[in-house]
Amino acid sequence: MTTTTSRPAWDEAPRLAGRLAKNLTLTLIAACVVFPVYMVVLTSLSTQETVTRAGGLVWVPGELSFAAYGELFSGGVVTRAVVVSLAVTAVGTAISLSVTVLAAYGLSRPGSLFHRPLLFMILLTFLFGPGMIPNYLLVSSLGLIDSYWSLILPGAVSAFNLVVMRAFFMNIPGEMTDSARVDGAGEFRILWRIVLPVSKGVIAVIGLFYAVGYWNSFFNAVLYLNDASKWPLQVVLRQYVLQGQSLIVGQTSDTIAGHPLPPSLAIQMSIVTVALIPVLFVYPFVQRHFTKGVIIGAVKG
Amino acid sequence: MLRKATETGPAGDLTSPAGTGTTNNVRNTASKASRNGRKPGGGGADPARRPLPSRLRRDWPLLLMTLPAAGLLLVFHYVPLLGNVIAFQDYSPYVGFKDSPFVGFSNFQWLLADQSFWDATLNTLSITAFQLVFYFPVPIALAILLDSVVRPRLRLLIQGIVYMPHFFSWVLVVTLFQQMFGGAGLISQILRDHGHKGVELMTNPDTFLLLVTAETVWKDAGWGTIIFLAALAAIDQNLYEAAAVDGASRWKRMWHITLPGLRPVIILLLILRLGEALNVGFEQFFLQRDAVGREAAEVLDTFVYWRTLTTGEWSYGAAAGLVKGLVGLLLILVANKVAHRFGEQGIYKRS
Repeated sequence: MTTTTSRPAWDEAPRLAGRLAKNLTLTLIAACVVFPVYMVVLTSLSTQETVTRAGGLVWVPGELSFAAYGELFSGGVVTRAVVVSLAVTAVGTAISLSVTVLAAYGLSRPGSLFHRPLLFMILLTFLFGPGMIPNYLLVSSLGLIDSYWSLILPGAVSAFNLVVMRAFFMNIPGEMTDSARVDGAGEFRILWRIVLPVSKGVIAVIGLFYAVGYWNSFFNAVLYLNDASKWPLQVVLRQYVLQGQSLIVGQTSDTIAGHPLPPSLAIQMSIVTVALIPVLFVYPFVQRHFTKGVIIGAVKG
Repeated sequence: MLRKATETGPAGDLTSPAGTGTTNNVRNTASKASRNGRKPGGGGADPARRPLPSRLRRDWPLLLMTLPAAGLLLVFHYVPLLGNVIAFQDYSPYVGFKDSPFVGFSNFQWLLADQSFWDATLNTLSITAFQLVFYFPVPIALAILLDSVVRPRLRLLIQGIVYMPHFFSWVLVVTLFQQMFGGAGLISQILRDHGHKGVELMTNPDTFLLLVTAETVWKDAGWGTIIFLAALAAIDQNLYEAAAVDGASRWKRMWHITLPGLRPVIILLLILRLGEALNVGFEQFFLQRDAVGREAAEVLDTFVYWRTLTTGEWSYGAAAGLVKGLVGLLLILVANKVAHRFGEQGIYKRS
């Protein structure tokens, strides 16, 4: 990345019209991304009155209320779905990341025993996928239908992530590990004490890739989970927001006692917001690594 | 596929660390398998020549580390790959793989005579073609635009914003589009407020191509700039300076320096995209198939799903999946041949 802080001397200053056009375009592009997200979050925080007055999505902030979230998290479908999604994401990311780090290090030394056949076996998965039906039959014959493991194990290792991490490990100067080896450190110790501490960036990025994959996991759940009570958030989001089925979350004492029900659009938008939030919060911490060249090789897949 | 890993010189012979951002480095990382070893095995002796027990004694921790990943891929990739045998059977889950009767190629014959299969193929290919024209150039233009932002903090902010939708799920993206362009969405709402009729873009098969392309642009165009930004950063700044001194205008410099500098990456990605012509993504179409209808939204992947998991015709679905996989493989191999012909690297090296 060029990070020149100022315009080089030979470069003439752009004309005013050009600068205006450029800034306008950039603002529009950024707005295209930010505005829908903003409206969804705002609507989820609005009272029934505000939503009715707006006639739909709210973009001028009115009276704010957390009623929709109270409703969502008072137990019921969405609460459970959030717990399921969080658990699958946490466990899945932990498994995927450990397995990937280990294998990436294990394969980072050409010339080691079985290096070539193992690497070949992993790279071959790029070229040909087994297909949906055989996958389904396998998961079903392993007895994983309706098990949360069906959301984790089939996609636990991404050959792509593995190759990216391996390429990074291979770029670590050999002197660092060699001196440790001379001192009698084993491979596990070298990985833990030397390689991992200098690889925080790539681990953060690959971890984000895995975590986002698990959090967003939708189709595996549709395919493998017949039991609706086990559905993760993305499936619930589709069911109640995209397909607009009525959501009976709030049969709690509150609503029965005659409190006004939050607007259904606000509830829908709060589900969308809940699905967005982890990405919005984790992403900024990892983003700085994107520009450091960690994944430039990755995208070149 | 895997060029023989050549041994490096002495341990002190190091190359530049990752992320120096030169074209060379970008290229190198692409040739995943074919890197030179950075860490020569113990003592500088050629490891391949040492006897097996000694290598095993030395390398068993590395093997142990690779084992979980290899095991997972074996079970969840290679075992189901073998499961494709049911494409040649009349498979029934009650009878099992072993006892289901073999029927040769009749599933494939049936498939090739199936009009809905060809409809799905046609939809897939027309989506690929449409996106090649209306999606593919967007990240390039966006990258050039982003690259022209000089202030680093502003640039990081905009990059952060445009990368972000890549990390949203398709359910979320389709939901957001529905809230904007659906019958009860924002656009309709505004139109109705002003006395017009609302629009319904989410269920209109005629505009479906536009819709899915817009969704793809919104979700992935920002992320797609990364590779082009890397290529732009690798262009020699002296070229720009020399051109500017010679009086070339900004547009001239873009035309004569920037675009030629991006050419190799553009050609490579274009060829790779053609190799993936049958893959247009699954969830995006699965989610919208009901609203838009089968005629417009059925692609090959959704065809396999609906024909099999809703009817129980396992063998037929596996046959369709296998045909798609094999044609896809063929396309990738052809695309790589073409890439090599153009003097590019493709996804793997000529061995």
